[in-house]
Amino acid sequence: MSGDTARIERAGPEEITPGERDSYLTHETGILSWLLTEDHKRIALLYMFGVTIFFFIGGAAAVVMRLELFTPGSDVVEPDTYNRMFTLHGIVMVWFFLVPLIPNTLGNFLLPLMIGARDVAFPRINLASWYLFMTAGMLLIYAWIAGGVDTGWTFYTPYSTAFANSHVVMAALAVIIAGFSSIATGVNFIATTHMLRAPGMTWFRLPLFVWAIYGTSLVMVLATPVLAASLLLIAAEHALGLPVFDPARGGDPVLFQHIFWFYSHPAVYIMILPSFGVISEIVTCFARRRVFGYNFMVYAILWIAVVGFLVWGHHMFVAGQSLYASLVFSFLSFVIAVPSAIKVFNWSFTLYRGQITFEPPMLYALGFIGLFTIGGLTGLWVAAVPVDVHVTDTYFVVAHFHFIMVGGAVTAFYGGLTFWWPKITGRLYPMGWARFAAVLMFFGFFFTFFPMFIMGYLGMPRRYQVYPEEFHVWHVMASSGAVLLAVAYLLPMGFLGLSILRGARAGDNPWDATGLEWCTSSPPPRENFRTPPVVRERPYLYHPDAIGPGHETREPHRRQGQQS
Amino acid sequence: MRGVLTLPAASEQAGVVDSIVLGLLVISILIVLLVTALIVGFSVRYRRGSPAPRGPLPSFARRDLEMSYVAGTALMALFLFIWAAVTLVSLGQPVRNAVEIHVEAKQWMWKTRHPNGAREINELHLPVGEDIRLVMTSQDVIHSFFVPAFRVKMDVLPGRFTEIRLRAIQTGDFVLRCAEYCGTLHARMTGRVVVMDPGPFARWLAAQPQADDIAKEGEALFVGFGCAGCHTPGSSVHAPDLRGIYGRPVHLSDTRVVQADEAYIRDSILQPRHDIVAGYAPIMPSFSGLVSDADLERLVAYVRSLREGSGP
Amino acid sequence: MSVSGTAEALHEPWRSLRRQREGTSFGTWVFLGSELMMFGGLVLIYAVNRALHPDAFTAGGRETSLIYGTVNTAVLLTSSLTMAVGSEAARAGLRRLALRTLLATIALGCTFLAVKGFEYNEDIAKGMIPGPGFPLEEPAAQIFWALYWIMTALHALHLTVGIGLVSIFTYQYWKLERLHQSPAFEGTALYWHLVDIIWIFLYPLFYLMGRS
Repeated sequence: MSGDTARIERAGPEEITPGERDSYLTHETGILSWLLTEDHKRIALLYMFGVTIFFFIGGAAAVVMRLELFTPGSDVVEPDTYNRMFTLHGIVMVWFFLVPLIPNTLGNFLLPLMIGARDVAFPRINLASWYLFMTAGMLLIYAWIAGGVDTGWTFYTPYSTAFANSHVVMAALAVIIAGFSSIATGVNFIATTHMLRAPGMTWFRLPLFVWAIYGTSLVMVLATPVLAASLLLIAAEHALGLPVFDPARGGDPVLFQHIFWFYSHPAVYIMILPSFGVISEIVTCFARRRVFGYNFMVYAILWIAVVGFLVWGHHMFVAGQSLYASLVFSFLSFVIAVPSAIKVFNWSFTLYRGQITFEPPMLYALGFIGLFTIGGLTGLWVAAVPVDVHVTDTYFVVAHFHFIMVGGAVTAFYGGLTFWWPKITGRLYPMGWARFAAVLMFFGFFFTFFPMFIMGYLGMPRRYQVYPEEFHVWHVMASSGAVLLAVAYLLPMGFLGLSILRGARAGDNPWDATGLEWCTSSPPPRENFRTPPVVRERPYLYHPDAIGPGHETREPHRRQGQQS
Repeated sequence: MRGVLTLPAASEQAGVVDSIVLGLLVISILIVLLVTALIVGFSVRYRRGSPAPRGPLPSFARRDLEMSYVAGTALMALFLFIWAAVTLVSLGQPVRNAVEIHVEAKQWMWKTRHPNGAREINELHLPVGEDIRLVMTSQDVIHSFFVPAFRVKMDVLPGRFTEIRLRAIQTGDFVLRCAEYCGTLHARMTGRVVVMDPGPFARWLAAQPQADDIAKEGEALFVGFGCAGCHTPGSSVHAPDLRGIYGRPVHLSDTRVVQADEAYIRDSILQPRHDIVAGYAPIMPSFSGLVSDADLERLVAYVRSLREGSGP
Repeated sequence: MSVSGTAEALHEPWRSLRRQREGTSFGTWVFLGSELMMFGGLVLIYAVNRALHPDAFTAGGRETSLIYGTVNTAVLLTSSLTMAVGSEAARAGLRRLALRTLLATIALGCTFLAVKGFEYNEDIAKGMIPGPGFPLEEPAAQIFWALYWIMTALHALHLTVGIGLVSIFTYQYWKLERLHQSPAFEGTALYWHLVDIIWIFLYPLFYLMGRS
């Protein structure tokens, strides 16, 4: 362990003479140079700032909820307040945290670097995306201060249109505007990937992180507009009495559910696909192996993106949907389990005959694989209609999606953050603390959310502030685990933040990884590459094609990009 | 109090659902163990500096291995789908002569009504071992009728009827919970289902204060709204005979055949031009806006009660 | 390659103006895809409700102002023509033709909005606002009219944005602040045609119901 650190730290000072070259961080100074920047790397940091704020807001709502649920009775907040808390938690965590999390922070920073470009296709639209995002967030915060929304993040009608006397319209508008931000980002990334790849960077030489962001962007562009349509109708019905889903006038409230879930199911793939890309980058680097089955990994991403549009009805098995529709959606939901399984096995086999080390990013990645596997397997449970009839709308489903969204996506984000932190900031951080945080996150998460599977099966419904005594022990377990989890989330903020002030300087490539982003300085210059790269190879060239890594020592490997 | 990890399997379908759950649990545990073994095993064996042999992957490991687990995963997914689908279809088979109980949900209570008119609030007494059909609607927002011990759940919608078919196989008290968020007191919208042996149930039912049988009220409305003017055998207007119609297939003018269930009867009153019976002219006026939901319930109950050869 | 003082020079990260044009065109097409999904979702909701309530929708459709709607269709289609000519003329460097047709586009667009304003006025005077006092007796006719208001208003909003964009770019072109080769004209033209196509769908849905 100390050998690793010593090796990395030794690599630092010799390669960089501080102050000799400026980076994107020092290129311009002043607050306006940040607020009016067109540099994708700075925009990534602006987003990092934004999502961190929203993480704390959504997290605060979760804290209130878990405090309340520590005991069966109602003792912390009023019922209406609790309802506003779980709504706030859902809306903020879905649209203001998870959807932009990896794409707009790591994606923004890395996509141009990984393909050898100088920036994204439309830098000014990139900045506009951030302003749309922050404006939407301000509107949502205002809606909260003004009293909040209590419809649940799913805005089901007729409750949201005719019965809720909370700030439905403002919250819906905030989400719509955040959706526009998402669409703009998606358009930008798709155009970037198509049109700005460096010479020689063909589609099947792209790193899997780029493929993952690309697939995510396709889903963002095609699914989010439907959300805008559905929420627009909710707002119009609530504010102006324009009936579309009103059963008294012949409207169908279940139609709202169809339109809502047509977006919201692909949305969950928006939230998880980028994580797949992050894990592929990390596992290959720390196993020192090419990814196992690169082509299948690409097809799996595209398969998930496409089939993800066809499974929305599995949220509506008990909504009054016809038997035949349920059968079709159930079948397709089982089909979509296959590409995820392919990915898990491919990551596992990437370790085979590797030279594995356990740096913090690798610990996060391995934790991801475990938690994602469990979450994904319970997807099979809820895809089986008779089982779903029992467990839907209970804590079982809550556990299922938190395993994937939090055990998966958030863990992957922390893995990516610790992996690319030296590139983004030019600093290293203490490996010991980082490893501890990764392990703590895994166990804290498990302790928080695994009991929810059990109590869900036993009949504990969602969105309940009070519950019978028989569920008390599970809730205590969950609330206690949440404390560990919170510490695990805060710790990295601490040591990463400190590293900016006191961390050792990082070299170009502290992990000795193969991607194009490691071919430039840490942090990169404003224009990303001092000499534009030319690509002649496939990615992950950790060892020659027909031969695995050698016995003991880390071997010199070829980088994908050569400076031209 | 039952054990902390057990949930009664108090309905016929509960056992079936639990067996699928058990199957899924076994498969899930096996896969988790497999993935854990691979990850932990490879991590230990191939940690940097370990003496395990490296070198090129055997070629089978690249091609056939990948295809084999793609195929394996797909087959397992297909197997699970078929198991679940067959179960779903068999649970959804219509059952003749089920006892129909009407459930109405409103913020934040459950109102139930037995065929003889007996009403309950936040409670539902059922006889054990008999086929039950719950016909449910909501007065306001979407709720969901959830009895964990029965493994049944179905959303209850305004403006529509949804159904649950069940047969209780254990006596006892089982909790009923609302499972679709419906506002302030959603968490307190609970009730209980009391399953009794046939004898005690019959005594209980007989002891309930009888509301007017809603079908009788429906008969009065049938005459009052003028339905009897066309839908009686002696009428000069050519209109379908409603006797014995309930639960039977109906041939429509566009060659479809539909089941004459509650929804069909309700739609025929509100949107008569929608599904025209074959051989009849589309001349029935719409009663949409004229008939309240409560009246509708009574009219439907009346039509339901009409047997062949009976009539007003 | 850059030209001083212009609003649309070669822009980072593009290396050539030709590539930048291609990129802008590509990006605009992708964006149009997203717009189609949004209006498509609304059309789907219309379609489902129409299937559930054919009579009510027919009754509701008889009350829209066929004359205003048809005039507007002609206006918008013509504006698409002038926009296409304007964008191609700009690209070819035919400055006068481009400016005239672009101005015509703006004028036609504003005409559409004006006619829409008169139409909305008439609709309100007839009381076609869903709620108590709605003149038609079929309840679902209110759903038709709710969708009418929402979808035509959303379309008008998109048209207004289009008019704004064309105005800004035309002004900049006139003032020689924007090069004629700028990708903005083609992008805006594509957007304008989308707004036109959406109207071509809205017209039969709202104006030709019950009028055959």
